[in-house]
Amino acid sequence: MDFAVMKAYLPRFWDALLLTLKIGWQGVALALVLGIACAVVVHLKIPVLRRIVGAYIELFRNTPLLVQLFFIYFALPKVGIRISAALCGSLGLGLLGGAYMAETFRSGLENIAPIQTESAQSLGMNPAQVFGYVILPQAVSSSVPGLLANLIFLLKETSVFSTISLMDLMFTAKDLIGMYAKTIECLTLLVIFYLIMLLPVSILGSWLERRLRYAEFGN
Amino acid sequence: MQSLGIDVLFKGTNFLRLLGGLWVAVRISLISVAISIVLGIVMGMLMTSKSKVLKVIFRIYLEIVRIMPQMVLLFVVYFGTTRVFGWNLEAETAAIIVFSFWGTAEMGDLVRGALQSIPAIQHESAQALGMNPLQVYGYVILPQTVRRLIPLSINLITRMIKTTSLVMMIGIVEILKVAQQIIEANRRTSPNAAFGIFAVVFLLYFLICWPISRLAGHLEKRWS
Repeated sequence: MDFAVMKAYLPRFWDALLLTLKIGWQGVALALVLGIACAVVVHLKIPVLRRIVGAYIELFRNTPLLVQLFFIYFALPKVGIRISAALCGSLGLGLLGGAYMAETFRSGLENIAPIQTESAQSLGMNPAQVFGYVILPQAVSSSVPGLLANLIFLLKETSVFSTISLMDLMFTAKDLIGMYAKTIECLTLLVIFYLIMLLPVSILGSWLERRLRYAEFGN
Repeated sequence: MQSLGIDVLFKGTNFLRLLGGLWVAVRISLISVAISIVLGIVMGMLMTSKSKVLKVIFRIYLEIVRIMPQMVLLFVVYFGTTRVFGWNLEAETAAIIVFSFWGTAEMGDLVRGALQSIPAIQHESAQALGMNPLQVYGYVILPQTVRRLIPLSINLITRMIKTTSLVMMIGIVEILKVAQQIIEANRRTSPNAAFGIFAVVFLLYFLICWPISRLAGHLEKRWS
């Protein structure tokens, strides 16, 4: 192991980490918005729209991100839709994540006992109040473990960005190995940087999960 | 507008080649799932033991699998271990090692959960009948967990098939690589082939994974 080499590579890995995080967070934000919107559509059983959302969820849950990205990045320009690599990355991640988040939110909404709605209504709340004060807070806290699992999953999936030539961690490692053949050093840095990115999220996840268990009904 | 590549798809053996590529992906995931199920059951049984050392080891193992992207693991095994130990590893073997490493962790954790959901009285009653630990597991505990595990392992198959798309990065010629080759070979005559070919790849993945995950969901609902 050549530590001098590793030190020299550090800035490039650092830039790559920042890029990965930037695109990753854009993707996750899009995924959250899409996920909530889709879950509400499915939950409220809005006609037509519900079918479209269902098809979207099934389609994106059952295909790999790599194939989705290839389609957006290499296939869509052929029919005149041109998107930059960075936008393509966050869009792909957001579409994939949206499908997963929707499922998580939906099961969060479904898991709330009907008696909660009934009790709230008998207290004289209107539908918006029932949803805002009773259903949503419980749905959110019960879907947090799932959301965090999705978050880790999505941040892991960013490793395929290198295939559409975004200079993320994977790309940087591959590039440096190709140029200087310092395989071990690059792979070690690669692992360390993914740890830096994901270990805090994972630890935060376990902590939040413990905290939020108190918020559940009946504890 | 020029053709969008559907004609390219049916030129020569192109479509068969794509299906062949898909089979490579499916084969790798089926082998890995089989290995994962066997090792996962063993691991799940070990995880229910009271040993502190085992607990720490499994905790670290699960955490690694949880936060390391499969692509990084593929690179570490395929490029890293070959460099360190100087052995010769086929790309497909490396892929199976990585996917089994990942699958075993997932299965192990699921098996642990399923085992722990079995009431203690089942253990005690079996022991009271004079069964040895092997018999207790073989005849009493495992059969009861199987129903819970089958939908989850079917789900794991679809996740593996989806993840196999990464193996093209370590040089395995699977469906995406074949798609790229077909597009490259027809670049001159049909420059827009990328659209049709990638759309078909997208659809093929969906057609493989969708029925399997529907089946898993169906079984989960029926048996829960």
